[in-house]
Amino acid sequence: MDFFLQLLINGLSIGFLYGLSAMGFVMIFKSSSVLNFAHGEILAFGAFLFLALATWAQLPIALAFVVTLAGAFVLGFVIERIFLRPLIGEPLIQVIMLTVGLASMFKGGMLLVWGGNLYTYPEFLPEGLGVNWGVIQVPPVYVAAVIIGSLFLLLFGLFFKFSSQGIYMRSVADNQPAALSLGVHVRRVFALSWAIAAVVAGISGIVLGIINGINVHELSSIGLKVFPVVILGGLDSISGAIIGGLIIGLLETFTGGYLSPSLRDIVPYITLVFILLIKPYGLFGLVEIERV
Amino acid sequence: MSEGKLLVINNISVVYSDVIQVLKGVSLTVEKGQIVSLLGSNGAGKTTTLKAVSGLLKPENGKVTEGSILFDGLPIHNHSPEMITRAGIIQVLEGRQPFKYLTIEENLRVGTATRWGKPYRQDLDMVYHYFPALTKRRKTLAGYCSGGEMQMLVIGRALMAHPRLLLLDEPSLGLAPLFVREIFQIIERINRENGTTIVLVEQNANMALQIATYGYVMENGKIVMEGRAEDLRENPDVKEFYLGMGAAGAAKSYKDVKAYKRRKRWL
Amino acid sequence: MSRKTLRFRPCGNFKVRYREELAVFETDFGRLWAAAGLAALFVLVPWAATPYLLYVVNLIGISAIAALGLNILVGYTGLISLGHGAFFGVGAYSAGILAVTYDVPFLAVIPLAGLMTAVVGMVFGIPSGRLKGLYLTIATLAGQFIIEYILVHWESVTGGTMGMTLPAPTLFGVPVTGDVSFFYLIYTAVVVMVFIAVNLMRTRYGRAFVAIRDNDRAAEGMGIPIFPYKLLSFAVSSFYAGVAGGLWAYYMISISAEPFNLGLSVEYIAMVIIGGLGSISGAIFGTVFITLLNEGLRWVTDTIMNMGGVAGVELTLAPLREFVFGLAIVLFILFEPRGLAEIWRIVRSSFRLWPFSY
Repeated sequence: MDFFLQLLINGLSIGFLYGLSAMGFVMIFKSSSVLNFAHGEILAFGAFLFLALATWAQLPIALAFVVTLAGAFVLGFVIERIFLRPLIGEPLIQVIMLTVGLASMFKGGMLLVWGGNLYTYPEFLPEGLGVNWGVIQVPPVYVAAVIIGSLFLLLFGLFFKFSSQGIYMRSVADNQPAALSLGVHVRRVFALSWAIAAVVAGISGIVLGIINGINVHELSSIGLKVFPVVILGGLDSISGAIIGGLIIGLLETFTGGYLSPSLRDIVPYITLVFILLIKPYGLFGLVEIERV
Repeated sequence: MSEGKLLVINNISVVYSDVIQVLKGVSLTVEKGQIVSLLGSNGAGKTTTLKAVSGLLKPENGKVTEGSILFDGLPIHNHSPEMITRAGIIQVLEGRQPFKYLTIEENLRVGTATRWGKPYRQDLDMVYHYFPALTKRRKTLAGYCSGGEMQMLVIGRALMAHPRLLLLDEPSLGLAPLFVREIFQIIERINRENGTTIVLVEQNANMALQIATYGYVMENGKIVMEGRAEDLRENPDVKEFYLGMGAAGAAKSYKDVKAYKRRKRWL
Repeated sequence: MSRKTLRFRPCGNFKVRYREELAVFETDFGRLWAAAGLAALFVLVPWAATPYLLYVVNLIGISAIAALGLNILVGYTGLISLGHGAFFGVGAYSAGILAVTYDVPFLAVIPLAGLMTAVVGMVFGIPSGRLKGLYLTIATLAGQFIIEYILVHWESVTGGTMGMTLPAPTLFGVPVTGDVSFFYLIYTAVVVMVFIAVNLMRTRYGRAFVAIRDNDRAAEGMGIPIFPYKLLSFAVSSFYAGVAGGLWAYYMISISAEPFNLGLSVEYIAMVIIGGLGSISGAIFGTVFITLLNEGLRWVTDTIMNMGGVAGVELTLAPLREFVFGLAIVLFILFEPRGLAEIWRIVRSSFRLWPFSY
């Protein structure tokens, strides 16, 4: 029973982070219909930037966190400006290929700088953060993960629901020509959604780094695990991304715990294929997907 | 004299994808505070004319290749829609395109995109004043609204931007006749009360000419006729081809050689 | 169609029948060139090349077949596969299993490996074929990981991490060994596969693929059943990957699951993009480019490492290669989206029209 509960908690926290990572991905897809295959690399970049700032530059943790997020914001913005803007109006296939190329480029670049080694952040979480309810023990990292994740989830939720910029972003995702006709700055929305997605990715990268350590291969593979999550949740549903993340996280942890550790990494993709067979628009996706 | 002219389109040609010429030298003038209606059959180039003004040609790979468009004396042809909307020209697209997954109120808020940081509550009240039917549905998703509500919504959304020039593309499309009447009355009221200049593209020539002060008739990418609305209403050709009344009061057929030749002359 | 004289140069578009539009070679000049090129390839290369060079040439030939298959899918049908590397692996393992476990003769192994790969490919194509193309991309990504997993973990069939060792292929009783014999084998296969691809594209199937790529809805409106055709294209593409994988397995003698990873799939995508989407010659250009780039990078890293490198900095090939491939993909998409094939066309036509460039 203890083992089960432990797995449940691990699964939920990991799943929550998957959901958070997937959220950034969905944001880009919703606003500009780009499947971003470089999402994992952006996430890894956030984690490594934080590492560099916290250890080598010796910045205070809070400052390093803020600077990392700013850096991720700029990265997302720059990616959109330099690489994706020239492709607006080009066939989808070119855009997807471009992100595949970017992914390969970033990953190679990061491997050249940091190598395939495993790094860890300096200890900075207060020990008291851990939860200890008799049988259930939640390590501080998981608590921190859930707190940071929920906080930003709430922030982004409010942003999209109430702020003007958020509403403009949703309007572009909804009906681009109409948004254009009302003077919504569509290109700015694209850039902004990339920037925000990169920030979200950066946050998930840092939190995942706290939990599992920081490694280029590990972190960038999260970017691919986003696909089962978003297919499960629905490609265009932000809340679906979170729930899909939770499901995939649980599935993974329980498979790893009860069946076999090697099956753990493959289970999300098997789920993906089944979901495509049964419910291709996901649990929460809009059914209106173009069927061709 | 040029003071009264809000929009001057001067002999423009529009080409899509560098090959398909849609407008072949269109000129028209809109004076401040007027309702100008642009009539013509399908494919005459009415929508393209509007898009040339609002800058929405660009995403469709279209371009103004000749001539000029002056808004308040400043050239705006081939400018980006972002700039043109900020200058005060808002186009209401054909075929009611609300943001389906946003609520009515959020839809209206998108209308403020051109005006940074201004309060929107007052404008919401203004829209609800013109379209009381929207008030009780403010929290519903626009996708679940009826066609009539959607039409009110998209016009209201455009009003949120405080346009100086409102371009309406077929507001009567697919609406019940009674409702068309209501929409046109509201359009007239907006023009009268807010002083908004309006260009109205319509198939429903009868309704359009009733509220318009001036009218243009387009065929095949050219302006073939223009005049004050009441003159156009009385014009035998317009009557026959657009208002559906023959000279003798009965609809004519193409068998009638004379009518055919007359139509051909200005096509 | 009878012609009295050989035609060397078209001085304009004088085509009067659809047959002429469909002709593979616009002029007899082109036909002669192709024949001469092939003859030169088969006679000169094995004679002139060093063993290392021949090895590289053989690798190019094998990759060209796989890239050709991917180009049918990506370039002609407009669907992206991120699992081509894994399908290549399926071909290699199918060949291994058929040759080792079932003792099937070489000539049957290669097409059978292709067919098995096509079937595996369709398993991943079916769930996504009904939806928009990007779902196929995601499904193939899943396929990539699932296949990799199976190759490693289905030990009773694939030998797990130990891999498999293949016997030398025998053709009509003669065993094929050595780079030169393999050169003939591989390039015969290349010629056959190119021939099939070129001709496939001239049939209704090829035209249907292109129609789907350009506008799937319009294609459907014209009466092309989209789902079967997408699936067919995917099967053909996997078939090519399987054939290439089979040849690779024989050439490498021993195979393991390692090389068939996502990196390989991206490499094939790079070949197709850099070579030129929707162009048969493009697939070949791309393969040559990427393989040479690969070898060039290996040479560069080796040289730097031998010189002692920069002190303390370990320059490894894999990340550098990943970076350069990514960069190449990005640059080509941004600046020459039609790839090397387009550059070649421009160069060629400027030669042909010289000195009057218009």
